[in-house]
Amino acid sequence: MSELLELADRIVGRAQGDEGIEAYVARGSETEARVFEGELESLTSATSAGVGIRIALPGESGTRVGFAWAGSLDDAAIDRALIAARENATFATPDSFAGLVAPDGVAPAAIDLRSGSLSAMSTDAKVALALELEASAKSRDPRIRQVDSADYGDLLSESAIASTTGIRGSSTRSSAYLSVSVLAGTAEETQTGSGLSVGRGPEDLDLEACAVDAVERSVRMLGATKAKSARVTVVFDPRVTSTLLSVLGGALSGEAIAKGRSFFEGRLGEPVAVDGFTLIDDPTDTEAFTASVLDGEGLACRQTNLVVGGVLTSFVFDSAAARRMGVASTGSAVRGGYSGTPGAGVRALVLSPGTKNAEEILAEVGEGLYVQSITGVHSGVSTVSGDFSVGAEGLAIRGGALAEPVREVTVASTLQRMLLSVVGIGADLTRLPGVAAGQTLAIGDFQLSGS
Amino acid sequence: MANTSTLLEQGLIERVLAEATATGGAFAEVFVEDRASRSSVLDDGRIEELSSGESRGVGIRVLSGETVGFAHTADLSEAGLLEAARVASAVARGGGGGTTVVALEGLRRHEVRATKLHDSATTAQKLELLRQADEAARGSSGAISQVQAAYSEGRRRILVANTEGVFASDDQVRSRFNVMAIASGDSGMQTGFEALARTEGLEMFDAVDIAELAGIAARRAAAKLSARPAPSGEVPVVLAGGSGGVLFHEACGHGLEADHIVKDSSVYTNKVGQLVASPLVTLVDDGSVAGEWGTAAIDDEGRPMQRNVLIENGVLTDYMWDLLRARKEGRRSSGNGRRETYAHLPMVRMTNTFLLAGEEDPEEVIAQTPRGVFVAKLGGGQVNTATGDFVFGTTEAWLIEDGKLTEPLRDANLIGNGPEVLRRIDAIANDFSMMPGTCGKDGQSVPVGCGQPTLRIAGVTIGGTAA
Repeated sequence: MSELLELADRIVGRAQGDEGIEAYVARGSETEARVFEGELESLTSATSAGVGIRIALPGESGTRVGFAWAGSLDDAAIDRALIAARENATFATPDSFAGLVAPDGVAPAAIDLRSGSLSAMSTDAKVALALELEASAKSRDPRIRQVDSADYGDLLSESAIASTTGIRGSSTRSSAYLSVSVLAGTAEETQTGSGLSVGRGPEDLDLEACAVDAVERSVRMLGATKAKSARVTVVFDPRVTSTLLSVLGGALSGEAIAKGRSFFEGRLGEPVAVDGFTLIDDPTDTEAFTASVLDGEGLACRQTNLVVGGVLTSFVFDSAAARRMGVASTGSAVRGGYSGTPGAGVRALVLSPGTKNAEEILAEVGEGLYVQSITGVHSGVSTVSGDFSVGAEGLAIRGGALAEPVREVTVASTLQRMLLSVVGIGADLTRLPGVAAGQTLAIGDFQLSGS
Repeated sequence: MANTSTLLEQGLIERVLAEATATGGAFAEVFVEDRASRSSVLDDGRIEELSSGESRGVGIRVLSGETVGFAHTADLSEAGLLEAARVASAVARGGGGGTTVVALEGLRRHEVRATKLHDSATTAQKLELLRQADEAARGSSGAISQVQAAYSEGRRRILVANTEGVFASDDQVRSRFNVMAIASGDSGMQTGFEALARTEGLEMFDAVDIAELAGIAARRAAAKLSARPAPSGEVPVVLAGGSGGVLFHEACGHGLEADHIVKDSSVYTNKVGQLVASPLVTLVDDGSVAGEWGTAAIDDEGRPMQRNVLIENGVLTDYMWDLLRARKEGRRSSGNGRRETYAHLPMVRMTNTFLLAGEEDPEEVIAQTPRGVFVAKLGGGQVNTATGDFVFGTTEAWLIEDGKLTEPLRDANLIGNGPEVLRRIDAIANDFSMMPGTCGKDGQSVPVGCGQPTLRIAGVTIGGTAA
């Protein structure tokens, strides 16, 4: 572990004159097994490592920052990255808000994000899990005609960050997943479903639940038809809710606010959602799959209350966006590995659960559409305008219960209107792999477009 | 810069392939990749972030029976590569133990095609293009409140060798420039986007006026400030030539990838020789079109890129194949084996996928549509290959009334079923243009081109908020 931090220290030690250096070093080893029809289809085992270096050149009219990365930890590659980052910095526009972050005194949460059993598990045992998952999904229902893929994967990753401003930290984490994708029906009519189970290690994975989820999602769609266009109340399943919250997370980025590209701009302190809507980002909650100790600039991750009782109370900030807005960083810098620069983002969103279970919410809604999956989020949802239009499949809600399957329809609204049209928040909080947990969520006033 | 034959010494590659098959593997492949990239972003009026990066590594693939073993490493020493070969070959336990000798001959080397390499202009000159874009976008409409312009350039040198005698290299240079503009008004904010991306060097800019490109993004954003909500329900849709071509990429392209076919997870399985689209439709995937975003000399398995006719006059003629899927069927790869980096396994991917032009006048296609939606520019899309259901989003669309474009519409997704939509294409015009895109599949992103002439779909469901 300390090996990466020592390397980061050595890079920082090469600062020239009054320049600032931030070095982020990461290494990971992965195993991925995919099986098909009872045989191992592919087995990947690999280790990769890299470094990302930011250089900050102070000046009278502001700081200039440059970045370079290398997909290797060897000395020559690091030398070239240092030179490139320094050169890149000279071309930046001087900016009084740019620069590296200094420690802010918040102590990193004492949480352990490693599995106790991962390193002891043999490759054969990992392959066996994927085979068992495939067999379980295949045998669960006669209508399953094919298991498209069944995967086991895990990743052990470590990272360290150090800077001339006194940032110094490192962290290690592990993750494991099982995923399965099935086809139900016949050559004439196929429906698909997928199941996923994630955790820190194999001991957290629920193979049966993963298989059941995939099978149920596919077989209940058999016979699906297009619904008639109508104004409807929509009930999202926990996975879809998680996707929706992730999108909202993008609009709550302090960077998007500072640069005038979020529909939440100028709404701080105002009601933006129904009273019961409280949204919190808390990467220190170990229940969250995406829990983290340090943010992308090396500050301690911490809880940020974004929406409380429907009122917009904060955004998430990295140091640059925070300086631009005259506030403090919320420890919310995220970076896409060693090849990315830090930016503001959420990590572990939770929408405070309500008191009702999914059945009670469906009963209250009465008539509408239960949506089990959505498509086209990247092409049909804008956090700038708030426009929301996605492909949807799921089940009609009739008489307060799930009824016939529906496919090839869209549901549309705006994010602004959706937040004010929430009519039910489930108690069934479900931890999922993305940056948000999810639960059953009912929202009124959607336009369903179909036949 | 060194040429591709020096990426890894031939004798070492041969020793690694021998090691990879020493435990009985039937096939082994070494893929060497060296990539360097630079990008710069102008955001909020400032040159904010210059970034550059490099990576070099090797992916080793071993086939034993139906199982693929895969390992990758950035450690290019002999010890590091032999260790990766042993890890990849762990899937083969059947036998071997003997000494394998692999001898490669006749490297098929493909030299760089770019005529103006990226180092032929200074960084300052490239940044000036970003400033021009910012100025032009802000100047073209008073409603523009924010502009982000980005330029990126990359060079990717690859070398592929396998135990079946493939030994080839390529030197790929790509450039990309895009502008996003935000317009603000009483109705809120709207975005407009325009991108230029080619498998070229700086010659990409010779034929394009950056100010004009930025102006398109800005006008797109500004027009939408007064846009009305898109309609809902099924409507005739006219797609402008080069509006994205993502329609075919999603409606049938993914479903024609042989990995989905051999797993029986595509609606197009067992349909070769059958009418799967309107007879007006001839669809081609061609990675050899000079300069396009999905173009290369060879695919990432060393196979030369080629022109593949997928649908001819509505009849399905063939699927797209990579090496492993083709091997299984006893045929040749169609040059569609691609991978994001050396650290990813290759799979069947599209290159440049396009619909051939028809005979009608594009203006006439609109004029003959009494009421419908005209899509001038598409965003991304997504498909479920097993059901054929797909979505694609609009980023500039207009209402057609009495055969004329009347009002701009807010962004929305359209949804359809691939085979159904292909059958309902009832007009194809004689214009044509390509657009660059990024295609994601199973966690890997690769550059692709999409192209189409102006065409009309008799009915497709649009997901607007208007009843």
